[in-house]
Amino acid sequence: MKITKIILSFVSALAILLSSSVTSFAKVVGDKIILGSAISLTGKYSSNGVHTQNGYNMAVDRINSMGGVKVGGKTYKFEIIYYDDESNPKRAAQLAERLISQDGVEFMLGPYSSGLTKAIAPVTEKYGVPMVEANGASRSLFTKGYKYLFAVLAPANLYLDVAIRTAVELNGGKGVRIAQAFEQDAFSQDVRLGILDAAKETGSEIIIDDKLPKELNDMAATLVKVKQMKPDVLVVSGHTKGALTAIRQIAEMKVDVPMLAMTHCDAAKLSKQHGKNSQYALCASQWHKTLTYKDDFFKDGMTYAADFTNEFGYDPPYQAAESSAALLVFKDAFERANSFDQKKVRDALAATNMQTFYGNIKFAPGGQNVDKPMVLFQVMCDGAGKCENKVVAPLKWASAELIHPVPKWSER
Amino acid sequence: MDFMVFQYPMISVQACLDGILLGILFALIAYGMALQWGVMNIINIAQGDLVILGGYIAYFMYLYGIHPAWGVIVAPIIMYFVGVGLYKLVINKVVDRDLFISILATFGISILFMQLMNFAFGADVVLANSGYGTTFLFDSAVVLPNSKIFSAFISILFAICLVIYMKKSKLGRAIRATAQNARAAKILGVDTEKVYAATFGINAALCGVAGALISITFTIHPYMGLPYTIRSFMIVIVAGLGNLPGVALSGMGLGVFEEFADYILGTEFRIGAVFLLLVLILVYRRFKLSRKREYLK
Repeated sequence: MKITKIILSFVSALAILLSSSVTSFAKVVGDKIILGSAISLTGKYSSNGVHTQNGYNMAVDRINSMGGVKVGGKTYKFEIIYYDDESNPKRAAQLAERLISQDGVEFMLGPYSSGLTKAIAPVTEKYGVPMVEANGASRSLFTKGYKYLFAVLAPANLYLDVAIRTAVELNGGKGVRIAQAFEQDAFSQDVRLGILDAAKETGSEIIIDDKLPKELNDMAATLVKVKQMKPDVLVVSGHTKGALTAIRQIAEMKVDVPMLAMTHCDAAKLSKQHGKNSQYALCASQWHKTLTYKDDFFKDGMTYAADFTNEFGYDPPYQAAESSAALLVFKDAFERANSFDQKKVRDALAATNMQTFYGNIKFAPGGQNVDKPMVLFQVMCDGAGKCENKVVAPLKWASAELIHPVPKWSER
Repeated sequence: MDFMVFQYPMISVQACLDGILLGILFALIAYGMALQWGVMNIINIAQGDLVILGGYIAYFMYLYGIHPAWGVIVAPIIMYFVGVGLYKLVINKVVDRDLFISILATFGISILFMQLMNFAFGADVVLANSGYGTTFLFDSAVVLPNSKIFSAFISILFAICLVIYMKKSKLGRAIRATAQNARAAKILGVDTEKVYAATFGINAALCGVAGALISITFTIHPYMGLPYTIRSFMIVIVAGLGNLPGVALSGMGLGVFEEFADYILGTEFRIGAVFLLLVLILVYRRFKLSRKREYLK
């Protein structure tokens, strides 16, 4: 009895020793750099989770096939370990722990959504694991003093800032009257804070400030108020549900408002599936394929879009593009650090200053990308009812002129 | 707090009409719940998920180029069989047990349905466009989307058909007999097993109709079922079982209450207000019951 116990403890000790010795080499095995990511493949974020994963995979294949990553005179290839976080923050944090302490991953890619990134960031920070994320835009991610978090995207408070400034400009520099409806989640509330800041700076007035609960699919009350109060701008942000509910009810209730600004229009497939109902809606986007940024791997936005469509069978939403950009950032940082030391890679990431097909990337001390403005596109339809997203702001990349004010429903 | 709704009388009219049209739709779902609650003594937590599943049927018809309004005919037929299948698989095992077991079982079904719908249809929010246009009233101060009017009309139509069916048909009479006294009905030759299966099927079919209407009027999403369960539960509690006019009235009442809560408390408290009302009604009912009990003592 005693002997079996002793043998058993020996065996288990050996097993633990073996497994730990394996993990300590796991970050770079042979010629592979192993990155880890918890990602939403099931659950409520699954569609955007898949966009993110496709974006990562496309960049991995591209970088590997074009010579990989050169560190210390040797060539390495990227590989990613994925776990499904079920769109659940608690699960995502557990998986981050598992990736780092069991699988020995020393470099992480972000999950989808601000909420999940918020759950993972404390874990990567604790272990000093550099994480480049592409889908957490909430401002609160960048005010916590995280040292190992880098986001290739512009923070959420800048999403619709441009819209308000444009409206003020078109109003001859005078403040405008704003009606807004936001969902009660981290991301949308940050978009809201951005609007409040912009309103304050431009002397604009917020006359309706509604909050949408997450189960809501009816915003008729807000729209009735809009009809009554006649604001100059209506801002709606509540992920795809908010965008769809707003578009449906604005069209059905024939709500006339000179400017309608939203988020998540392309995720909600407004121009493709809802055509004329969504005409003239202004949408904030991190990226659009017609932007003229360039890099050596994907060439430019149009080429990226064509290659992506070729591989996955659908037009890349910006969630995919920014995810691909995250790997370009990692590659660049590894090569500049010329090392796999986490501290050195972290410092190299912090010093990033590069252009990718997705946009310029340069990180502020908080970790957010400050070198890439948001773009606004407007849904525009031709006579046959075919609708398309056209970039209208900033002017540098505009492919069409902003239509303002939006024509009344009775005149369409 | 915002009392704009009282400052502009036309907004009150709008809120009332919106609420009534919405309430009629809720009442249809609640009627299904009352029916199976009364007959089988089962509180179906998965009610809202059956509604959403019905919505997806209409949505897929829309996706394949069929007008989603046909969903109000197709969805109940498919959902009837889903309901009967569900009864044969799970519900028949809990139908004679106490209420708590059935709540747990249907809660499980609800979670399963949510995940399956998410798996099969994806997590995207979807809707089906009916292209029905808009009705303007009072010099266009009040705006009613025709899809809402259509929903209310179809709901009333189905409710009337169901009442007639319950009164006139053989199965309808058997269902009512089973509701009154299952044992007596069994002794008199009613196949209660069949009655239960049909009742659950009819309930699912009603959910299917409501779901198709919701996909035309609002939006659907795999995780959006629970608010519909809560609303129908509340309507049934207020109206009582087997009281169709009561269900219709309390449905409309709830619809109007929700609209006004939305205007006065703000949209963020709309669903919250419904939950609060539910708690208040439950407390009030308990209070009334305990007073009655004391009186009897």
